[in-house]
Amino acid sequence: MPIQQICTVVEKTWLSHDAVYMVLEAGDMVRQTFRGPGQFVHIKCGSSRLLRRPISVSACMEDSPEDLLSLVFESRGEGTEWLANRAVGDKLDVLGLLGNGFDVDWEGRYLLVGGGIGVPPLRGCAQCAQESDAILGFRSADKTLLIDEFRAECGSVQIATDDGSLGYHGFVDALVRKTLEQDRDYTAVLACGPKPMLKNVAKVAKEFGVPCQVSLEERMACGVGACLGCATPMADGTMKHVCKDGPVFRAEEVDWNA
Amino acid sequence: MPKNIKLIPLDRRPPAPPAADRSQVDLSVNLAGMEMKNPIVVASGTFGFGHEYGEFYDLSELGGICAKGLTLHRREGNPGPRIAETPMGILNSVGLQNPGVDYFIEHELPFLRQYDVKVIANISGNTPEEYGVMCEKLSAAGVDMIEVNISCPNVKAGGLAYGTRPELAAEVTEVAKGHAGSTPVMVKLSPNVTDITEIAKAVEGAGADALSLINTLRGMRIDVNTRRPILKMNTGGLSGPAVLPVAVRMVWEVANAVKVPILGMGGVAKGADAAQMLLAGATAVAVGTACFDDPYAPVKVRDALAQLAADQGLARVSELTGGVRPW
Repeated sequence: MPIQQICTVVEKTWLSHDAVYMVLEAGDMVRQTFRGPGQFVHIKCGSSRLLRRPISVSACMEDSPEDLLSLVFESRGEGTEWLANRAVGDKLDVLGLLGNGFDVDWEGRYLLVGGGIGVPPLRGCAQCAQESDAILGFRSADKTLLIDEFRAECGSVQIATDDGSLGYHGFVDALVRKTLEQDRDYTAVLACGPKPMLKNVAKVAKEFGVPCQVSLEERMACGVGACLGCATPMADGTMKHVCKDGPVFRAEEVDWNA
Repeated sequence: MPKNIKLIPLDRRPPAPPAADRSQVDLSVNLAGMEMKNPIVVASGTFGFGHEYGEFYDLSELGGICAKGLTLHRREGNPGPRIAETPMGILNSVGLQNPGVDYFIEHELPFLRQYDVKVIANISGNTPEEYGVMCEKLSAAGVDMIEVNISCPNVKAGGLAYGTRPELAAEVTEVAKGHAGSTPVMVKLSPNVTDITEIAKAVEGAGADALSLINTLRGMRIDVNTRRPILKMNTGGLSGPAVLPVAVRMVWEVANAVKVPILGMGGVAKGADAAQMLLAGATAVAVGTACFDDPYAPVKVRDALAQLAADQGLARVSELTGGVRPW
């Protein structure tokens, strides 16, 4: 059951030219509405824009006096640019926590696979599982996000870049294949990133018989399941909604050819 | 030169006079025989079947709920993207995704019936016969009102065609009325016409008990880098504060052309917006897209409208209806 909360920005750092790391004090939002890592918040970005912007929670914790949320987002358009320009002490109108999040068991062992701005939400997964390894893909070395944090919280971290400027030269699904070839003893692959990446990762996980959960993105209006805007097609021919049924889906539910 | 200029520091600004007591204002309205405890309805397609926003507040706070548009059979709707933000508005092309009228009656209506709120079912058909079948089912199920959508811009069959030709609009209205028994029928009009009063008069002549307007305005947004429309269906329906003045104008025109009551909608986000709708001639007002910005918008609009009426010394909010003083 989501709540509306006026949150205070308590930390803000630029991680790259485009990406911002922000920590919010969020009342008792985590205590009331946390369901799993990978949920999102819907933030009002100034009074001149009608729609809120959905931002994935990177990590969150219950805290006193107020729970804390850390977000990482890219300044992509007018709304996120406004948000990127908020300063410590500013207040934000936030709906959250929304959506279902990844199904993560503390006893499990997970392979976390992220691409670009899809990397930060997996940090919460790393914190919710005893054992995890990460494969993180970025466009180039200057666009990496949270690598040190993943190194601290995961067993192993492999990096891929599209241009080869850091780590493996190529896409993450190739690293997923190499990893699973050597060791397929994972509870699940948890993936977040652009849809073509998710499609490839899901395919590799399936080949090796490892369950895969993917976090999807779609243009969204209400964020709570009322407007049916963020429809995404399922393999069984039905439509599900990223905001309420997701954003995390089992890979086999998704219609990858739509 | 003057020597003494008295400054009032900002933190010493005199307090505002006490606000009038809005709790004394009678908010009740009667829309075509349907008694509502306040004039605020939530617009079809922006509120699902109530579950989601019912987690934020008690749905009994509302006057009425127009449920998500129904068709005779389940529809999956249009492919995405279905949503594009525009200046103070949004375009949507959901395409009437819904579980079908039977599912609504069996699974959704009982949920809505737990609340002290009028339930208005919204229907779209491919043929006049489909409207008739749905009206029969919904009337038997005991909904408080049926809103006949003849103006969905996002479906190919039926939809907009019925809403842009007076004789077709009249035919659908007549069939709906013929099958709705004692349940009042409200027809939802499209703004995508040259003269909305022609359709309004045709529909009134065919027996409509009330009219609701406006549905969304057709619009388009293009990504200048990919040169693709944002919406997968290329075009969609525009709603939100951007359409408010168009809606107020059309409510005013229709109110001057017909005698049946009007549910005014289109861009209402504040109490004064709702007051404009009433002054233009509406009996009740629907809040829609504003919910996406603020889940509490309908309740806030209701309270602000009551405050506005109280400040103007009105005993009843219904006194605003038709009260515009045109030049």
